Formats: sequence, C-alpha cells, structure tokens
Amino acid sequence: MSSEWPLWEVFIRSQHGLAHKHVGSLHAPDAEMAVNNARDVYTRRNEGVSIWVVRSADITASSPGDKAPLFDPARSKVYRHPTFFPMPEEVKNI
Amino acid sequence: MYAQMVDTGAKRVRAAEEMDADERAFQERIDRGVKIEPKDFMPEHYRKTLIRQISQHAHSEIVGQLPEGNWVTRAPTLKRKAILLAKIQDEAGHGLYLYSAAETLGISRDQMLADLHSGKAKYSSIFNYPTLSWADIGAIGWLVDGAAIMNQIPLCRCSFGPYARAMTRVCKEESFHQRQGYDIMIALCRGTPEQKAMAQDALNRWWWPVVMMFGPPDEQSVHSAQSAQWKIKLFSNDELRQRFVDQTVPQAEYLGLSIPDQALKWNAQRGHYDFGQPDWNEFFEVIKGNGPCNRDRLATRVKAAADGAWFREALVAHAAKHQAPQAQKAA
Repeated sequence: MSSEWPLWEVFIRSQHGLAHKHVGSLHAPDAEMAVNNARDVYTRRNEGVSIWVVRSADITASSPGDKAPLFDPARSKVYRHPTFFPMPEEVKNI
Repeated sequence: MYAQMVDTGAKRVRAAEEMDADERAFQERIDRGVKIEPKDFMPEHYRKTLIRQISQHAHSEIVGQLPEGNWVTRAPTLKRKAILLAKIQDEAGHGLYLYSAAETLGISRDQMLADLHSGKAKYSSIFNYPTLSWADIGAIGWLVDGAAIMNQIPLCRCSFGPYARAMTRVCKEESFHQRQGYDIMIALCRGTPEQKAMAQDALNRWWWPVVMMFGPPDEQSVHSAQSAQWKIKLFSNDELRQRFVDQTVPQAEYLGLSIPDQALKWNAQRGHYDFGQPDWNEFFEVIKGNGPCNRDRLATRVKAAADGAWFREALVAHAAKHQAPQAQKAA
C-alpha cells in the first residue's frame, strides 16, 4: 500500500477579528494530521490563532476560461460604487 | 544557485512572430507583469522547466538540512542548538512550500521524491560539501544562505504565481538564517585565536563552492535567455555573483577574515570588486555526482524515506479506518 497522502489547503486566521486566509497546501493522511502539519509548516512564527484545513479535492474552482461571463457583467455597473455619485461640497456626513 | 543550469528545452529564444496565438498571448501577459496561475494556459516547455526548477529548489532545501544536521548534537550551547534546530525546521518548511508550488504544475509529490532518490533530479552543488567544524555552520548561514537570498528575492517577482508566493514566504524567513550564521562567525572571531582560525578555515573551504553556487557564466546560455524571457530567472548568474561578492567582502573585513582569492581587488572604475574564477571542473564534477558527499547525502535521504515508509502507510491505514466519524466543525 503506497497511496500518496491527499492534498489539503490550509487557511489561517492571523488574529482574532480577521478572516481565515489561504496560505498554502500540504499533504496529510487525515484531517487531524493536516492540522498538526499545518501548525508546523505555516505557523512557526506566531502567524495564526486558528487553522482550517480542507481537502483540495473538495474545492470547486471557477475556470480561467469563464472569466469573461463571470466577471465582465460587474464592470458596467459602476453605480455600485459610492464614488459614482458626486456629492455637493456643502453637503456633509454623506 | 539552489536551482542550477535548468534545462528549458529551448534551442534558441523565439521571436513573437514565430509563436502561435496562445503562446504569444502568454508571452505578452508575462511582459505586462501579469502572473501566470496553474489553470492558465502555458506552453509545455514553460511548465516542464518550472517543474525542474522548483523541484530542484525544493530538493536543495531538503538535502540542505543534512550538512547542518551533522552539528545538532554537537552545537556548543543549548541556545545554539535550539537555534540550529529552528533553522533546520525552516529548511524543511521551505522544501514543503516549494513542493506544493511544483505540484500545481501537475507533478505528484511522490514522483518528485522518486526522481530525487533515483538521482534523476538534481539539488544544489553546495550541499555536497562536508561540515567539518562548528564554524562551518556559521559559514553556511552567512555565505550559503546569503547567496540563496540574493537569488530568491528577485524570484518573489517571477512570473509563476505559486512559485512567487512560496518565495515570498521563504525570503521572510531566510534572513534569520543568514544572521544566525554571521552571529556564529562574530562569536568565533571575537574568541580565542584557535576559534578565529576555525572561522578562517571554514571561510577558506566554503568560499569557492559558494561562488560556484550561482552557476557557470551564463551570457551564452540559451536556457538562461529563455528563462529570462519567461521571467523565471531575473538576473544572470554573473550579475548575482558580482552582487554577492560586493556585499560579502566588507562583511569578511568586519570579521577580520580574509577571502581566499588572490585576484580579489576593488575596482574603483567599475565600482565593483574584481575577483577570480572558481574551478569550474570541480563544479561540473559535483553536479555529475562526484563531489565529496554526493553519495552520502543521497543515501541518507533514501534511507530516511525507506525507514519511514511503514509509518506513513500506517497513518493512511489509520485514516481509512476512522474516515466515517471525522466531521469536525469549522471554528
């Protein structure tokens, strides 16, 4: 039996109040070992207060080819940004 | 460097008109400074070259633990021992970041390790030299890691996203390595005459192998030109070597050590140091497997992998057995 350990994606919360952020990946036989390995590989210098690990195989990613249909529609909707609406100088707190 | 003489599969660098549409778009994207990500189109040679380069780099980090491991049990104080262990652990971490980056290109971790163990894949020539005294640990941190940083900082801006991100992490940790090495050299040079002589001896033995680390002069190399066009090599071997010498000479002077190169001289006109050529025959012999420690390094790696196989397999068996009740809530 020489099956390769599965790949896991590692997410670290760097401090309380911040979201978990993807930091990299590693191999581990199971979730518990993945957390242990993530601690050793990605938090040797106090980089985190919490770790998530997710099997890479369980992640569904958008494909680069779908970039246009997925993201182009938002381009024309600049009115979604507050800066689209110029406010008169005299008006405050808005 | 940590990746030396990487074959790009190119016979010559091609102009834009000779590329097909996909490849031209790819090259234009690189020229604009936009990173390439794993799922994006890339020419097959780019993918293969990066696998070679990144895996060679990863292997160097892993094999690089061995010369230092030689001194863990003989470090002069508990503090030095703890620091050395932390450094070696970092090298393992760097290897893992880099293996992960290479895997995004479609090669498996097991395949990379098999290539290392069979001798098919290379690692840096520098790790085939022995660590004969404690001063060698100082010289490695100061010189070898110093040379590595010189090469790795530009790679943080290389064209392949996962490699650039791995390099950013590595660089953040690497300057600790160089400083701890220089700190060992300072302690020895301020110590007894015997200790200072140890430091000089280490510098004498490591200087030329470190100068060789950057690889042979590459102005004529088609692979270097191709890698430069792909932005996976940002400076030539000679540029980096010059920069390393310029940076290191004053550091050696501060220690009161002399660099074992008769030709070393400040050139006011160029604003750089002139220096001699290493013995390139020695370099090619080491690359071919005939350095002082090649066989020993590889045998140690192979033995470690073989001896740990039963344990890795047991962990897989354990995981399979407990797969069902494994639903932990995300925090």
